Amino acid sequence: MSKMTGAQAVVEAFTKEGVEYVFGLPGGACLPLFDALYDAKFKVILVRHEQGAVHMAEGYARSTGKPGVVVVTSGPGATNTVTGIADAYMDSIPLVIVTAQVKSFLIGNDAFQEADVTGITRPITKHNYLVKDANDLPRVLKEAFYIATQGRPGPVLIDFPSDVSLATLDFNYPETVALRGFKPTLQGHPGQIKKAARLIAASKRPVIYAGGGVITARASKELIEFVEKTTAPCTTTLMGLGAVPGSHPQFMGMLGMHGTVYANHAVNECDLLIALGARFDDRVTGDVTKFAPCAKVIHVDIDPSAISKNVKVDIPIVGDAKEILQALNKIVGVCDTKEWLESIKRWRKESPLRYRDTGDTFCPQYAIQKLSEILGPDALVATDVGQHQMWAAQYYRVNGPNQFLTSGGLGTMGYGFPSAIGAQFAFPKKTVVCISGDGSIQMNIQEMATAVIHKLPIKLAIINNHYLGMVRQWQETFYNHRYSSSILVGNPDFVKLAEAYGGVGIHVKKREEAAKAIEWSKTIKDRPCVLDFAVRGQENVYPMIPAGRSFNEIIDMA
Amino acid sequence: MAVHGSTPVKHCLLSVLVENRSGVLSRVVGLFSARGFNIDSLAVGETADPTVSRITLVARGDERTLEQINKQLNKLIDVIKVQDLTDQAFVDRELMLVKLKTSAKTQETLAELLLKYRLTVVEENTECTIVECAETRENTRKLFNALKAIGIVEMAQTGAVALSKKI
Repeated sequence: MSKMTGAQAVVEAFTKEGVEYVFGLPGGACLPLFDALYDAKFKVILVRHEQGAVHMAEGYARSTGKPGVVVVTSGPGATNTVTGIADAYMDSIPLVIVTAQVKSFLIGNDAFQEADVTGITRPITKHNYLVKDANDLPRVLKEAFYIATQGRPGPVLIDFPSDVSLATLDFNYPETVALRGFKPTLQGHPGQIKKAARLIAASKRPVIYAGGGVITARASKELIEFVEKTTAPCTTTLMGLGAVPGSHPQFMGMLGMHGTVYANHAVNECDLLIALGARFDDRVTGDVTKFAPCAKVIHVDIDPSAISKNVKVDIPIVGDAKEILQALNKIVGVCDTKEWLESIKRWRKESPLRYRDTGDTFCPQYAIQKLSEILGPDALVATDVGQHQMWAAQYYRVNGPNQFLTSGGLGTMGYGFPSAIGAQFAFPKKTVVCISGDGSIQMNIQEMATAVIHKLPIKLAIINNHYLGMVRQWQETFYNHRYSSSILVGNPDFVKLAEAYGGVGIHVKKREEAAKAIEWSKTIKDRPCVLDFAVRGQENVYPMIPAGRSFNEIIDMA
Repeated sequence: MAVHGSTPVKHCLLSVLVENRSGVLSRVVGLFSARGFNIDSLAVGETADPTVSRITLVARGDERTLEQINKQLNKLIDVIKVQDLTDQAFVDRELMLVKLKTSAKTQETLAELLLKYRLTVVEENTECTIVECAETRENTRKLFNALKAIGIVEMAQTGAVALSKKI
């Protein structure tokens, strides 16, 4: 036990939790905390906007599986983190966010830089705290890391008044937590697992539908074993990409609104849908009454409230995907899927992922294919949100879990670049590419400074079509080509912008230049590198199942 | 795929044990508004264990909604236990205070009602008479209707509190 200030206690707890990086930006109320951070053994990364800090922490967390940590000041510092926190909440990303608060006796007085941060973040955090007594800090910090990472992960926020950061306490970090209201179920019910195995054995047309929960549970190895043992074809959600290698013969690509025709066709015809760590999101199911119409459903999820939320399932199994897959792998055998796999092969041949490449235009899909070929399947791929995100999901083939870092649930433009920075900090030697759009990148471009200062060799591929592309596509398809506020005139020269910050970049105006430019970007080892791809503007993402519709209404490339 | 068909809207009575800390009630109420659940009544108070409070709430929804309410409440870290009393044997009470104008007619009606309900006159002066009734929801409703006939000046009412009949 040792005496220290509240601020030092936070730093000490971070050290005990094995924190490697803290992302943040100081301000008045958190001066004591940043003073304590000055002596920290871990690295403190100064960002240029607090939203960037949260997405960096997310990129770190998504690529490592470890919790990301953020420290910001009160009021605007805290409110700037809100989008990032909501993003992490929707995608179940473990974060611990410490927001400074005005002095505890001023709370409620509309003090300078005061905001009711626990109130604001209550619906978008897994849990939050307002610490009024420094003696509570060791317990609260221990609980925060525990809650953020156990069960279904999520962001936990600690609101930290500046007088509490200056108060002294006897620091004694607890070994365990005592939370009577939080006891996640990890092991699946053995009876349910047996029932699931019986359904699998009887199935002629099974489909495995894996989501982000498989990656969170670090269950990729078990999933691949399950896929190979049962010989069932497998599709993943956007969040599940990488759970099985993109090149695996039984992998059908992503399902849902912009999933492959054959994955959606398989789901439409299957007699058994095995949902693993996925939540039947509306972007996956479309019209839920017509989704997988002939299928019995097994649903594995660690969150009991995810089960029977959107669909009724035949066999729910609450628990950790890894433990349940291990149990299933012990008892499942080969399914009789020969004919089924033949059908899928045929659909794949009839309607592969494709785009019209006449050879004289520069298609965005081509740029992403080249990135995938040249930067390779082991790169960490962060994306922003929009058309480029869907093309990245379709055409960038990653090998493993924790490699495809994308904002799935909230769909946050501006997520990609800071997320790539967080991932590059976590993996300094790996190739990190951020696939962005000219709309998205302008939402957090200021973090170019952070990337330059730390000499991070991130490849920032901007799919530049001078549109808010996904908005434009929907306006073209559903709003009679009325391009209301979706045309981006006045974009800056992104290469010059990178150079102004101290980065480098190249304009890629023709398809023939793409490969060479990407090769060149690989040689840049000490700073971020912008690849500004001037692609065909009016390109659409296909296939597409319009929102709320079903597989029968899928629009493929005409 | 099987989805939740529209099942009839039912009421459910939940007894929720929570950590007795500031902010907990706001989490519970916030959950209802954020997820679009309907809440009919809510009563909260400390239990014999001062670290634990009991929230008794009456909610309304179809089968799927009621199941989600239960699960989402359980998901809150500060929620220790959710007991669904709806299909169990339980006792429940609501407290109602009603202010009436003092008059011969009031006294006459009250004399009749006192025979039928657990009703107490808690204040009587020349201007007004205040009666208190601690009863089941059904009976407070009946009493309310009976009193309405003689004219209610104002009233205050709590949500239900309830306990299961089992140990």
